Amino acid sequence: MDLKLMDAIPTDEERAAVDALLGPPETGWEGGPRDAASETRVARGGRAARERRHLLLPALHALQASAGWISRGGLNYVCQRLTVPPAEAYGVATFYAMFSVEPRPGTVVHVCDDLACRLGGDVLGKELEATVGPAGVPVGGGASTWQRSPCLGMCERAPAVLVQRSGADAADDAEGGVSVAEVARILAGAHVGGFARPTDPAAPSAPQTWDEPGRAGLRLLRRVGRVDPASIDDFRAHGGFEALRRALELGPEGVVREVTDANLLGRGGAAFPTGVKWKAVAEQPVRPHHFVANADESEPGTFKDRVVMEHDPFAVIEALTIAGFATGSDRGYLYVRGEYPLATERLAHAIAEARRQGFLGEDVMGHGSGFEIELRRGAGAYICGEETALFNSIEGKRGEPRNKPPFPVQRGLFGRPTGINNVETLINVLEVLRIGGAAYAGIGTEGSTGPRLFCVSGHVARPGVYEADHGITLGEVLELAGGVQGTAKAILLGGAAGGFVAPDDLDLRMTFEDARAGGYTLGSGVVMVCNETADLVDLCLRIAAFFRDESCGQCVPCRVGTVRQEEALHRLVTEREIGSRDQELALLGEVGQVMRDASICGLGQTAASAIASAVQRLGVFAGAGA
Amino acid sequence: MVGLATVFGAGGGTSSYGEVEETDLILLWGSNARAAHPIFFHHVLKAIHRGARMIAVDPRRTESTEWADLWLGIDVGTDIALSNTIAREIIVNDLQHHAFVEGATTGFEAYRDSVMDWTLERGEAVTGVPAEAIREVAHAYARADRAVICWTLGITEHHNAVDNVLSLINLSLLTGHVGRYGSGVNPLRGQNNVQGGGDMGAIPNKLPGFQDIERDADARARFEAAWGVPITPRYGWHLTQMFLAMERDELRAVYVIGENPVASEADNQHAKHLLETRDCLIVQDIFLTQTAEIADVVFPASASWAESEGTVTNSERRVQRVRKALDPPGNAKDDIWIIARLAERLGVDWGEVTAASAWEELRTLSPMHAGMSYERLEALGGLQWPCPDESHPGTTFLHGRLWAFDDPRAQGTKAPFSVVVDDPPVDALSPEYPIRLTTGRRLDSYNTGVQSGGYTSPLRRPESIELSPEDAAELGVGEGERVRVSSRRGSVEAPVHVTPSVRPGLAFMTLHFPDQVETNRLTIEATDPKSGPAEFKATAVRVDKLSERAAVTGRAE
Repeated sequence: MDLKLMDAIPTDEERAAVDALLGPPETGWEGGPRDAASETRVARGGRAARERRHLLLPALHALQASAGWISRGGLNYVCQRLTVPPAEAYGVATFYAMFSVEPRPGTVVHVCDDLACRLGGDVLGKELEATVGPAGVPVGGGASTWQRSPCLGMCERAPAVLVQRSGADAADDAEGGVSVAEVARILAGAHVGGFARPTDPAAPSAPQTWDEPGRAGLRLLRRVGRVDPASIDDFRAHGGFEALRRALELGPEGVVREVTDANLLGRGGAAFPTGVKWKAVAEQPVRPHHFVANADESEPGTFKDRVVMEHDPFAVIEALTIAGFATGSDRGYLYVRGEYPLATERLAHAIAEARRQGFLGEDVMGHGSGFEIELRRGAGAYICGEETALFNSIEGKRGEPRNKPPFPVQRGLFGRPTGINNVETLINVLEVLRIGGAAYAGIGTEGSTGPRLFCVSGHVARPGVYEADHGITLGEVLELAGGVQGTAKAILLGGAAGGFVAPDDLDLRMTFEDARAGGYTLGSGVVMVCNETADLVDLCLRIAAFFRDESCGQCVPCRVGTVRQEEALHRLVTEREIGSRDQELALLGEVGQVMRDASICGLGQTAASAIASAVQRLGVFAGAGA
Repeated sequence: MVGLATVFGAGGGTSSYGEVEETDLILLWGSNARAAHPIFFHHVLKAIHRGARMIAVDPRRTESTEWADLWLGIDVGTDIALSNTIAREIIVNDLQHHAFVEGATTGFEAYRDSVMDWTLERGEAVTGVPAEAIREVAHAYARADRAVICWTLGITEHHNAVDNVLSLINLSLLTGHVGRYGSGVNPLRGQNNVQGGGDMGAIPNKLPGFQDIERDADARARFEAAWGVPITPRYGWHLTQMFLAMERDELRAVYVIGENPVASEADNQHAKHLLETRDCLIVQDIFLTQTAEIADVVFPASASWAESEGTVTNSERRVQRVRKALDPPGNAKDDIWIIARLAERLGVDWGEVTAASAWEELRTLSPMHAGMSYERLEALGGLQWPCPDESHPGTTFLHGRLWAFDDPRAQGTKAPFSVVVDDPPVDALSPEYPIRLTTGRRLDSYNTGVQSGGYTSPLRRPESIELSPEDAAELGVGEGERVRVSSRRGSVEAPVHVTPSVRPGLAFMTLHFPDQVETNRLTIEATDPKSGPAEFKATAVRVDKLSERAAVTGRAE
């Protein structure tokens, strides 16, 4: 297929890593030994070979883990196995931040320098620069290096790091609250596992679960901290798979009806009615249908899905199975962001256990219908949280969003009708089925039913994931987290794609309808508190840099707009305005408007919102020198 | 074109590109369209991406076959054996289209009897392709709701080219895969206007519009009336017959327009000698080709695109306008102008002939072009013939008439099956010449390189002889090493390119680089008496390692 394969050959280790994933090659055409007598007479391929394209990302992960980078030889071999042109595979490999196509040390420590970790003063990064050396420079005899990273989703335990270690003992590991000494030890060659993992179920990052009074009334977090996340039996002993049983009794239409009655709105940011989406997928005549759990939680400041997946992984499996059953999907995909190694490991284990116990497979719970779940790992791309970019990523392509329509319910993953929900939305379905749609609709407010997870970080006493019913005020959320440390200067709601509110906005009600009316956003539930020590200008610059870096570059308004926005901010900060400060602020507004109106996807559409809110609500950049 | 004309009465691919995109199965036979017909292959790719299956038959594992669901690596020149085996497998499994065979064809019984010996086992023994794979193709083709067969020079550059084509048409008749939307038989054309040349009568037995010069007295009379001269009701010579006539010295003056036979003819040293010894050799071309270099008179012509007005006709019979954007350089002139001036010197005054006036004359003489005014061609983005009047939308696919089983008048002549006999290549393998050399094309070069050689390409490699890793090892030669390649006719030196795309016993060369390696010194001028092309695809050669010194210096003897 015009593969234009290169002459480069893989190392034995690279070959073994790819073969472990794909199985050994069957013929010389696929890179195995040549048997001229048989394979020069007949060869098969075509559609069957191309249909394995979706294994490209897993294969690149295998190469990255094996060699620490994706060499030409390794890439060439993967291309031969999957019939992908090397130029195209290179385009995919370079799209994702966790892949390197240049040689680099086998151990890479990614140090988060995003919003929440910055509020802590970026202590880790600065001290590493002072003691170990600048980011990106090999240390430990060339065996390791460190670099700065966008949000690692561990904001409640800032500062966070992710360790990527390749080779025979390849493993990734992420941890928060890390000291410089610990990072230095890893860089010096200490084995992965040097971190104390948050395996103690009594102390997950959800302070409400730490004691009984706090636990009372928890719905989404009810098992977090109480069950062993590795034990399917413990899960079942705490009500696990009861919702799936209920779903099988109700039948697909019954489940959709309950979810519709519950008026469950999507928690991923768009607040789309889940029942409507499920019904639309279920009614598509084209088969098969797919269902995707979007666990590519990458919005800076967001970590709720991670906490759920790490501490109640079976709940995610159960909820996805119910979604698949309700929408007539025979296959579910769980796409977890690459920076979440612990969640990935626990979900993989949970899937295997569920399959072993008959909760997945050809005959789910002996009910006669089948469902399988495939776990896919992202590789460092914020944009893949956008649903159509996520589909492309699963299909083995660059994670570039698609134009809509067609919408996913019509043509989604692999061109088939596809349902897709955020993890938090999915686990709400367990509660809907547990208490019934009508009862669920009675929780919260009329327009915003059910409970909600908030990711509280920054300058509060007890950062973490908090569950509260819709309708709680911002001030009450902060009280749950033990209150503000120091004096609040600004509060970021909804993450980098959300917006700042003023410190005296504590009466804001956390509902979709209030947010809409008040011009703020709940987004992914981020509540990040900035006290008097916070540098809001620095946070805005970081947000601008983040979007510039994460823009996939496909559509012009976003590709150019995110750069222009960052440039304008830098001119304001350095007081080198083109024209007046007001003209620069007007330009920022116009660039933001263009991105909002004309970008293909949500990334560009929201890339200006936090900065606009800082300018408008907080007056950042208003005066000379800000 | 001869094979198609024999069966269907018209020499053209029966399907449109759009149909190829919407078919269910594409049988690509003897065609590396990915490299040689890249534009057509884009339509194939659209079909593939839509979900169509593709099966490729080719001795080599080419770029095209890499796209195939199933590739059959047959021995060179065993196409009839393969097609007859497929036919038998279809018939014995009762997968033929009974209604079509009965209602639209003739000669089925004789055809059936002729293929009954071709068991899968015999097919495997002759073609080298495993019986199971042949069986799979037979069932896939017969059971497809829509299927097209596409072929190119792998079928036609053989001594029995017409029989090869007929054997493929037989399969379409057997299964009813012709004359329907998405089902057809299609030779792919190597140039943008090969079809147009045939349409305009540049074939020795037809007047413009495929009107037979011997048998169609009415047509002849119309042309005589229009041109005011009598037309001899006798078939002319095709290219191969012209060279035979030159050998007999019957043909003494040759006027070559846009061809480079010195480089492109098989056994080209012989061809060059014949051309050099004519009384008069005229070459009209946009380049000073090797043939032009030995001509008595050279007419520099304008390029037919960009520098000329007119029309071209593509493989799907679509006539399209081309327009002049530039004046030709120097003294180069439009082909029509040159021919008209030549006529003037020969004593005939045609007046000011233009592309438009020639086209308007054609419309009055060729019924299938009558509905194609320049205005319509422009407005509709071209029209597919036949298009008999100005209200006619053009014809998407040919021979739909065959399906009018109950209306003999509308159906016209039924399509005959042809009994075709397996006939191995003339240039037989022997202990002295044990390797089968086949020739072909690469993506970034065009024919003898006259038009493409002047441009650089990142993909281009110099000419080489492609050998299997096994043969290269046995000969003790490595990548890039120069070797001597000899056939019963001649011998050339070429560097080796080792590639798994050929199997042991098979070698491959192109004809793109006659200045580097004159591949056609090797090829055999065994031609098909019915259509003409030479057996470029099957030469028996031997490959010899050069002495150490010769291999290094690039000189032998």
